[in-house]
Parts: sequence; structure tokens; C-alpha cells
Amino acid sequence: MATAVGTLPMGHEENSLWTWLTTVDHKKIGVLYGVSGFIFLLIGGLEALTIRTQLAVPNGTVVDADLFNQLFTMHALTMIFLAVMPLGASFFNYLVPLMIGARDVAFPRLNALSYWVFLSGALLLTSSFVFGGAPSGGWFGYAPLTSSEYHISSGMDFYTVGLAILGTSSLMASLNFAVTIINMRAPGLTMMRLPVFIWMTIVVNFLLILSLPVITVALIELYFDRNFSTTFFSPSVGGDPILWQHLFWVFGHPEVYVLILPSMGIVSEVLPVFSRKPLFGYAAVVFAGVAIAVLGFAVWSHHMFTTGLDTVPQMVFSATTMAIGVPTGIKIFNWLSTMYGGQIRFTVAMYFSVAFIALFTIGGISGVMHASPPVDTQQQDTYFIVAHLHYVLFGGAIMGIFSGIYYWFPKMTGRFLDEGWGKLNFWLLFVGTNLTFFPMHFLGLSGMPRRIYTYDSGFGWDTWNMVATIGSYTLAAGFLVFILNFFKTMRQEPSAPNNPWGGSTLEWATTSPPPEHDFDVIPEVRDRDPLWYDRDHNIEQPAAPEHLHIHMPPPSYFPLVLAMGLALVGVGALSHLAITGLGVAVVVYAIWGWALEPTD
Amino acid sequence: MRPSARALTLSAVSVIVVLILSAILWVIFAGSVDHLQTTFNPKSDNAIKIHNLYKLVWILAGIVMAAVLAITLAFSLIFRERPGGKAASHIHGNPKLEVMWTLIPVIIGILIVIPSFQVIADTTGDAPEGAIEIVATGHQWWFEFEYPAAGLVTANELHIPVGRPVEIELRSVDVIHSFWVPQLAGKVDMVPGHNNRLWFTPNERGEYYGQCAEFCGTSHANMRFRVVVESKEDYIAWVTAQTLDAQPAVGELAQAGEGIATTLCAACHTIQGTSAAGTFGPNLTHVGGRGLIASGMIDNDAEGLAEWLSDPAAMKPGSKMPNLNLNSEQIEQLVAYLQGLQ
Repeated sequence: MATAVGTLPMGHEENSLWTWLTTVDHKKIGVLYGVSGFIFLLIGGLEALTIRTQLAVPNGTVVDADLFNQLFTMHALTMIFLAVMPLGASFFNYLVPLMIGARDVAFPRLNALSYWVFLSGALLLTSSFVFGGAPSGGWFGYAPLTSSEYHISSGMDFYTVGLAILGTSSLMASLNFAVTIINMRAPGLTMMRLPVFIWMTIVVNFLLILSLPVITVALIELYFDRNFSTTFFSPSVGGDPILWQHLFWVFGHPEVYVLILPSMGIVSEVLPVFSRKPLFGYAAVVFAGVAIAVLGFAVWSHHMFTTGLDTVPQMVFSATTMAIGVPTGIKIFNWLSTMYGGQIRFTVAMYFSVAFIALFTIGGISGVMHASPPVDTQQQDTYFIVAHLHYVLFGGAIMGIFSGIYYWFPKMTGRFLDEGWGKLNFWLLFVGTNLTFFPMHFLGLSGMPRRIYTYDSGFGWDTWNMVATIGSYTLAAGFLVFILNFFKTMRQEPSAPNNPWGGSTLEWATTSPPPEHDFDVIPEVRDRDPLWYDRDHNIEQPAAPEHLHIHMPPPSYFPLVLAMGLALVGVGALSHLAITGLGVAVVVYAIWGWALEPTD
Repeated sequence: MRPSARALTLSAVSVIVVLILSAILWVIFAGSVDHLQTTFNPKSDNAIKIHNLYKLVWILAGIVMAAVLAITLAFSLIFRERPGGKAASHIHGNPKLEVMWTLIPVIIGILIVIPSFQVIADTTGDAPEGAIEIVATGHQWWFEFEYPAAGLVTANELHIPVGRPVEIELRSVDVIHSFWVPQLAGKVDMVPGHNNRLWFTPNERGEYYGQCAEFCGTSHANMRFRVVVESKEDYIAWVTAQTLDAQPAVGELAQAGEGIATTLCAACHTIQGTSAAGTFGPNLTHVGGRGLIASGMIDNDAEGLAEWLSDPAAMKPGSKMPNLNLNSEQIEQLVAYLQGLQ
């Protein structure tokens, strides 16, 4: 992977492997997150293609039951933790300092550490395939199926240890971004002038700060149950499997918003620029995002309507879930109103953003349907839910991410992704999404449960399964076109001006790609759309002084060493105590060196 | 500002496109009501209550979806940049509109929440007086059904009379399963240590298909069952027959089979009236009378039984029933005996 990254020309500085391993530059770390996230997106996609191939016809024989269960478990884990979250982190890393007019994040070495810890956790979790089998208890890991009694392979230990490491990474990154956004904004950039993407970044990072500790507790308890004979979740000796479900979903539901809010932020940037008018109802969009996050902590039990929840909690969680539809609806109407009266320029980025509105709406509406507990008892754990969540996460999160890639690619590389190939890319993904996931509504309504590796003919499920499989290959073709477009684009000479799309936010005030220090002169902000304000008021950007004396943090290898130490602790937790000891020693060494490292 | 003729035409086109798509979806939904495990064709009082709510939710969801898609499409067409078009208007917002579209989802939410609360209260409360008590227990990967009043135990095929409420206590001996017969009731999980309850009154005779709906391990896909709703007379006859001891083996072949069953199979299976009294696997006292075996996977005929006995895990991956390495003669004898257990 390092070589693939190394081919990305990032400005004029040295581009050796060593610079990438020791970088503390938020832009390079953003690229590392992006490339890693995309590779894992392809791995998760291959897992999905195998699942769809197995289910194309009744009684499929492509994979056996056990491998199928590993595949659907790893598909979810890969897509959520190793693809969509790091792709979100990639945008946060690259864009947050640029959009708030800063030179880097608040803690650049911590930022590098977050990435390397993420990569260790991701590789550890994925390596389970070759060390005795991947986890096969579902990404939700319900006890007691995931106890050592019913899940004999070490797959579930890779799950607990891998997710704990990934959580550590996310927690560090979240604190870093929250501090950066609150403290390092350019002069004049008040909170209510922040780009909506930055607002959504704050919201996502607070969601993570508040929810990750809960899953960490649950993971440690599960690890103890499996390895040290504790009984947190064992019903036979007084433990309770429902406790796991509460802990998991107190994290798991906010996690859904962690996946979708970055894309809502991206869309809120792209729609105004290509409609050539300001975002409609800025304050409403911001507060709706905050409201979604706050309510997101009060709805977790809607994942548990069928577990025998009592009457009153069913009603309460139904009402809070329904309430989330309100801020979500506000956002959709504001996006549509942003398009109203515009002069819409249909670039590929705009295609993806408009598709986001349509597809996310479908997923949002099916979500309101099973907010009603009686309805949910007929939809829970069927393909209807699979359809719902993929409209939100594929039609929503992935469409938003692609919109962001096409929109910011010139800023990141100085090059434009080809619009013709981009449109082919878009249409394959758009048609593929609907072809794959819409028929799953029909399957769910005809009673097809989720997570079954086989089904018999005669239930009325044959046709739509075949259609969904054809759709999944259409999606694969869409990804292939994107990859070709990427490599074709990267062979061209950089030609992008500072502000190719006529954007209004600060990242467009600097060069494409930006210099290592982001801005020669820290910009001053006079309006919510600073570049449009300066353009309309004929305000000249201040010229750079002849001799720049900008102090940037020097590179450091201690984040990488510390991450490798943590990885060893994790490997030790899966194998032998001695390795954990070694890992702790490496961690202590790295912290020591880090603390004493000269900063200039 | 009066909308231009172009804007009106494009709006009309958008609405028509969305209406055609909606109509296609409607036809597909309507065509799925005769599928074996459909959620669209309720046959019990509680399933009908859920379904009436379901219909309301569908209609509201359909209207909102069609409206948003039509608006998205229309705006994309109408406001596409054109040479010589008007400059984009620099509006930042409109508080009146904001209030309006905050109220729309609030109203829709209330329209769904109120009847939902009603249905929750109606369907999750206590069962009516005189309900038949049944205990359903989830095992990896089959369902056990016990009728405590009649003292009978069977597996994977639940018989109940039409028009009389049944109350099912849901248990699990291992991991979490979920009891779901879409046409008769919404699903309720079988959680070890939590004895959940579920009740409904079937209102039409027939065979209804059910399946475990909570992922429960390797053979989750192979954990199916059926509910036979029959007339009161048929039900009583069935219960009476099921409470009898197993029929004695008739013929040399079957007698040899009984010998195997009461030795090799007895550790896990009960055959009432013989020495076989294991409880790990399904009760086999009247297994010959069931329509399907292996938790609804295959027809209960000589061929299916033989295939199952020769290697259970080959048919049902992870099966807790070991391969007993029976030879073809033993299999033939066992099949003869099991088929006689009517």
C-alpha cells in the first residue's frame, strides 16, 4: 500500500516511504486514511459479492454455512469500521484545518498515532481469516452465541481485541478534531459561520467520544467472559444476554450517525456550490444535525423491539425514534430548497449529492416504518432491514463520500477526475444501488430472514435474489470505473486552479494541492460564505510575505512505534502473555521518546 | 412569481415518472401476498391488527417517498443551468417554510405513533381467558413444542385449533432464537433466561410457514417450522393420537430398527413407550406423522430419512446430531421403524 500512496504527488516535498511513515501532516494522514479506507471498501465489497453470488439462486453452493457466516460478519465490520469510518476520517483530516483556516490539527503527532493504531486494528481484525477463522457471530456479536461455548474459533477474540484497538484510534482522533475545531478557527470564523461539514465533524466526534466508552466496556466484558470465565452475559449463571444488547446498541445506534453525518456534511457543501446559492436555512441544518445526534442516544432499544421489551419502553423508544424523523426531514427539505431557484451545474459531484437526497430519503422513510414496534415485529431481522440500512449507508454514506471525492479531488491532487468517466461511474452506482437493494424490500415483505446462507425455492424469493445479485455486479462495475478514472487522472499534469468550482469555503483560498503549511497567510473571515463575500465586496486576498517563516511540527516516528506496541499488546491478548509484555515495553518506550522529542 | 410553462411541464413529467414507478412497486407488493412466508396476508386477530397499522404506515411512507422523489427530480430538471438563464437567487432561508416542514414530519409521526401505541397495548398484554398454553423452546437448530396440559411434546410442527387463542411461552436452551410465523404473529425472540410470551387467535385453517429470525449460528438458515391451524375436531384427534405411546414396531425390518433406536438414539431422543428417554434432540414418539424432518428442511419420506440418517451434518451444517456411521442395512431398518411411528 505504501507504494500506491507514494505515487500520489503531494506538493513538492520529498515523497519517500520514510516521509509517509513519519508524517504528522494532516493532509498526508488524510490521504493515508483515504487510501486505506478505499482498499478496505474493496475488500468489504468482495465479501458482499461472494454473499450475493451464494444467494443468487436457491440452495447455492459457492460457500458453506460457516464461511458465509464469517463473510456477512466481516462484511459489516469491514464496511463500518475499516471503510466508511476511515473514509470519513480521511475527509476530516484533510479538510478540517483547511476549512477552518488553520495550519494543522491541534495535536499532529496524536493524529498520526490515530492512523497507525487504526491500521494495526484493521490488519489484526482482517488477519482472523487466516488464523483459525474470522468472527462469525454477526457484527452485533449477540451473547450467548458469541460466548466461548457456542463460538469456539478465536474469531470473536479478534473481534473484541480488534474493535477495542480501532475504538482507541477513533477516540484519540475524535478528541483531536473537537479540540482543533473549537480552538483553531481563523479570525472571524465564529461557530455559526462554520461550514456545515465542519459542524457535522464536531457532532460525529462528540458522538464517538460519548459512545465508544460504552462499547469498550462491553468488549472487555465479552473478552473476559470468553477468556477468564466471567459470566456477564451467561444466562445459566445469572448473567444476562440482554445486557450485551443494551451496551452494544447504546454505542451501535450513535454509530449509525457517525457513518451518515459526514456525508450529510459533504452534501451540504456540494449542493450550494453547484446550485450557486447559499445553503438554505443554515442554522436549521446545523441544529438538525445536533438534534439527530442528541436524539441518537435515546433510541437504541428500537433495535430490541422483539426481545420481549415491556409495553412502556416499547412506546417510549418508538416515540423517540419517530422524533428523529423530524430533524432528518428538516435537512432534506433544506437541501431541496437550496436547489430551488438555483443555476444548477450538474458535475459528477452534484449528481452524487442529488442521488444522496433521493436514496437517503428512501432509507429514512423505511426507518420511520419500523420505528413502529408492531410493524417492526414483521420487519426486524428480515431483508427489509437489509434494504433499509443499505439505502442509508450505501445510498447515503457512500454516495456522499463519492460526491466529496469528486468535489475535493482537484484540491487534494491538483487534478480533475474525468467527468465523462465520472458520469459512467455515477450511473453504474446509482442503478446498481437500486437494483441491489430495492428488491430486498420485496424479499423482506415475503418473509426472507437476514443472515441465512441458503434458502429453498418456493418461497417467492428466487427472482428478487437474482436481481439483487445482478445489481451487486453492477455496483462492482461502478467501482472498477472509478478506479480506472483515478489512475487515468493521476497520470495527467496538475492543472487545477485554487477555486475551480467557485466554492465559498476557506480551503478554496489556497493552492491546489495546498502547501504543507496550508496557508501562506491565515485568512480572515467576514461571512458564512467567506470567499463569496470577499468576491462580492471586491476584497483582495492579502499577498504572501516575501520570506515565509512558518514553523511546522517536525516528522516523528514515535506514533508509528507506539501503534506497533499497541498492536503487540493486542496480538498478545490473542496468543501469549509474553507478547503483551513486550508490547507494553514498546508502548512505554514510545511514550518516553515522544515526550522528550524536541519540537523543532 | 408565476411559474413558467417550462417549469410546469417539467414538474408534470416528474410527477408522472414517480407515479409510474410507484404503480410498478404497488403491483409487485400486491403480487407477493400468496408467498408462503408473506407478511402481507394476516390470518390471526393480532396479525390483522399489526397489518392494519402496517397498511397505514405504508400509505404514509409511500406518499412521502413519492413527494420527495418527485420534488428532487423536478428541481433537478427545472433549475439545471441554461445559457441565458436567470442568475441564482441569493436566498438564505425562510422561517415560515422551516416551521412548516418541521410540522410535516411531526404530524406524520403522531399519525403513526398513536395507532402504534394502541396496537402495542392490544397485542402485548395478557392473553384472553381460556387460551391454550404452549411452551416453544428454541434449540440449535430446531423448535420444540410442548403442550403442558396434554402432556405432549413434539417438534417443528405446531398444531392449533382455529378460532381459539393460544399463548406461547418462548424459551431457549442455548442461544437467542426468534419465533416467527408472519401470517399469525409478529416475531418475538426466544432469549435464554427470559421467558417471553406471545399470543394470537388464528382465524383461518391452513398451514403456515415460520422460520427462526434471530441469527443463531451455523445452521440458522435451516431452522424452520410450520403451524397447522385445523378444525377443533381435527385438533382434538391430533392431541389424542400424540399423547399415546409409540406404536410398536411391525415387521422384522422395523423391529430391528427399534433395536437400534432404543440403543444408539436413546441418549438424545425420547420415544414414549420404549426405553428411549433422551431429551437433547426432538421427541420421536410420533415422528412418522410429521410432514417434514430436520426442522422443516426436507420431506419426511424414506429417501429423505435415509439421507438424513447417513450424515446429518451434510444436510444441516453444524448439526448437533452426530454421524452414527450407520450402514445401509441399519438405515433401512431405522427408516422402516421411524415411518411406523405415526
